[in-house]
Amino acid sequence: MSTDHASNGHVTTESPAAQRVAARSPFVAPTWNYAPAPESVKVEISPTYGHYIGGAWVSPKGGKRLATLNPATEKPLAEVALGAASDVDGAVKAARKALPAWSALPGAERGKYLFRIARRIQERARELAALETLDSGKPIKESRDVDVPLVAAHFFYYAGWADKLAYAFAGRTPKPVGVCGQIIPWNFPLLMAAWKLAPALACGNVCVLKPAETTPLTALRLAEICDEVGLPAGVVNVVTGDGSTGAALVQHEGLDKIAFTGSTEVGKKIALAAATRGTRLTLELGGKSPHIIFEDASLDQAIEGIIQGIYFNQGEVCCAGSRLLVQESILPEVVKRLELRLASLRVGDPMDKNTDVGAVNSRGQLERIEFYLKEGEREGARLHVPGAGGSGAGAGAALEGFGAGYFCRPCFFSDVQPSHVIAREEIFGPVLSVMSFRTPDEAVARANNTPYGLAAGVWTDKGAKVLEIASRLKAGVVWCNTYNRFDPASPFGGFKESGFGREGGMQGLRAYVSV
Amino acid sequence: MTDRLEISKTYKLFIDGKFPRSESGRSWPVGGSEAAPFAHVSKASRKDLREAVESARRALPGWAGATAYLRGQILYRIAEMMEGKRDELAGAIEAGLPAAPKTKAKKPARGKAGSGAKAGAASPLDEVTAAIDRVVHYAGWADKYAQVLGCNNPVAGPYYNFTSPEPVGVVAAFGPDGSPLLGLVSVIVPALCAGNTLVAISANDNPLPAAVLGEVLATSDVPPGVVNVLTGERAELISHVANHRDIDAIHAANLSEAEAATLRAGAAENVKRVSVRGSRERIDWFDEEVCQDPWWIESFVEMKTMWHPARA
Repeated sequence: MSTDHASNGHVTTESPAAQRVAARSPFVAPTWNYAPAPESVKVEISPTYGHYIGGAWVSPKGGKRLATLNPATEKPLAEVALGAASDVDGAVKAARKALPAWSALPGAERGKYLFRIARRIQERARELAALETLDSGKPIKESRDVDVPLVAAHFFYYAGWADKLAYAFAGRTPKPVGVCGQIIPWNFPLLMAAWKLAPALACGNVCVLKPAETTPLTALRLAEICDEVGLPAGVVNVVTGDGSTGAALVQHEGLDKIAFTGSTEVGKKIALAAATRGTRLTLELGGKSPHIIFEDASLDQAIEGIIQGIYFNQGEVCCAGSRLLVQESILPEVVKRLELRLASLRVGDPMDKNTDVGAVNSRGQLERIEFYLKEGEREGARLHVPGAGGSGAGAGAALEGFGAGYFCRPCFFSDVQPSHVIAREEIFGPVLSVMSFRTPDEAVARANNTPYGLAAGVWTDKGAKVLEIASRLKAGVVWCNTYNRFDPASPFGGFKESGFGREGGMQGLRAYVSV
Repeated sequence: MTDRLEISKTYKLFIDGKFPRSESGRSWPVGGSEAAPFAHVSKASRKDLREAVESARRALPGWAGATAYLRGQILYRIAEMMEGKRDELAGAIEAGLPAAPKTKAKKPARGKAGSGAKAGAASPLDEVTAAIDRVVHYAGWADKYAQVLGCNNPVAGPYYNFTSPEPVGVVAAFGPDGSPLLGLVSVIVPALCAGNTLVAISANDNPLPAAVLGEVLATSDVPPGVVNVLTGERAELISHVANHRDIDAIHAANLSEAEAATLRAGAAENVKRVSVRGSRERIDWFDEEVCQDPWWIESFVEMKTMWHPARA
């Protein structure tokens, strides 16, 4: 199945089952298969990148760099600057310098810069999508159809708010908070950058953005776009690096606000670091979101919702519907249908337009997933890997049979108890835990029995039941008869230990103004 | 008229709709002089705090689930009951000030409002009046803040999408020093009107009005446990509040930097929502512009966004 489209550093992987099918004569076994459909756009990637500080590309002061890999091939794509405290300091100072002029700009003018950025993102959408897929491992289908369009839409949405802020805050005069330190994760690299930058800039703030260690390239490309559209120097600064760079940013005394998206563990550390100075803080943290399927749900649609809920972006989604709660009467049917549907998901080359599940973002993340697969089995849950086609047993069925790259087949556990680790902890991979319930009360109690509260899903064709269950679920986003929908006009963010503050919508402005 | 021996009162805590003494058995003298304190007030311990939090947690589903109309009615009822106890509340503000050791202050007559401690400062009665009006203000918000803070969202797809505020849960509120009734009421009612249940801690420098407020709440149709009032020392309770895993949010104002840092650091562990007001500029509790604000309610709600397909 290998092809000559390796120029973008692609790899084609196929399940062993599919390879066996392909090896047979099509006249004997007329099994339909897909021909490779690689995205053909060529993306120029420099061998090295510096930080984007004060409107200029600067080398790291410590001289250290780190490589960013294509997780589908494990080959390096480029070297980026490893930000030290001195780099962070330079960025914060550049931002501080830019603040007075930027915040004094009439809202309409600030908005026009954001509109320009949105337009350039649309114009460079194909390039951004391909680069996102190369750097993160997510399927091109998703970066092209979901991530990048949402990025442009997010800038468009907040561009329009820039001169209308007084309407969003009843009876108050909103003012910018100042210099914002923003730390984003690797699962939606460009989209998270947009979620952070667009509302901050619209409200008259200046930003120092720290992209994730493994996915810095699209944020740097976004900095390039800011430069291209003439955004004043220092308004947006991008400092790349690893956890130590993020820590230096959080500890910098020159910040007026910290916004973080990432794990609950790191979020708590940041909250602690910000405690002494009382720096404003918003946190978008982890989740273990419940997805409830009632027996009166429209089952065909619900199955697609479950798939969308947990296998979108390899399950590397903070709001993934990772705890499936199925009403007991339909549990066997749901398991049967999941088996069937999972066998048809295509795992492999993220740059292939037909790929459903791409590469896991990093080796570390793949190892984490492997740990949970083994832990689930050890605690007595039953692992189903319908697409494995006999490639290994246990966790191996999900992980073996791939060449280079970090891959995991979509899979699920049945016979899961609520006390199991796989039912409580965030896996951040294409792994679903299936549990059952009998009554609506039990469903709600189980759904809410977690320190997290980011998102939830509920499927039933009864209108009043939808509204009752949705109102009883302790989650910031409740998808009813759908899952994993996102829109710039729709606020996103969690209850409880999933963090505080909202991103998106009118409520997303709140974190970036003082009223 | 024969001389009658006055019944001197020990003010107790208000937990779960009842008036227990502190489990620690502690109380301390308040007001009057060292020799003749105005009254004794129960001094809450860590265990009393735990009881109060448990009570607030139990009361949460009922209060959060009550109609906004009913919550508004009950808040208004609090104002009505405060109005009837104006003199007692004002007397508590005046009498509860720290015992002055050397002076032979005359014990104020119970139930008589004073005329104000300092020239130019608001009188205790002024403070009571402002506190009552504050409760009325937020009573009116109960069935309106959701309309101001929530909205429909025009998403780019065939979905009905809306955002509405829900109570965050159990809120601990620290009464600020220098405003033992008005300040305390001002940190309680924004969270209360939004369906949260509360553990309120008296001002450190004057716990007496908080104790009287508990007695007001007990007769105001506020369901047991919805507001619990602890009189105690902030220095003793603050880190216990910050570290308590079953408190969802904290409301405080005019704290020292160290106190605010203690709250935030403890809160990090279970991602509590912490609102410490008056860090840059001390809150003037009589300032309606500042203290009567739907954004004070917003600090104690969670925004829930619901999506539903709108095309069959």
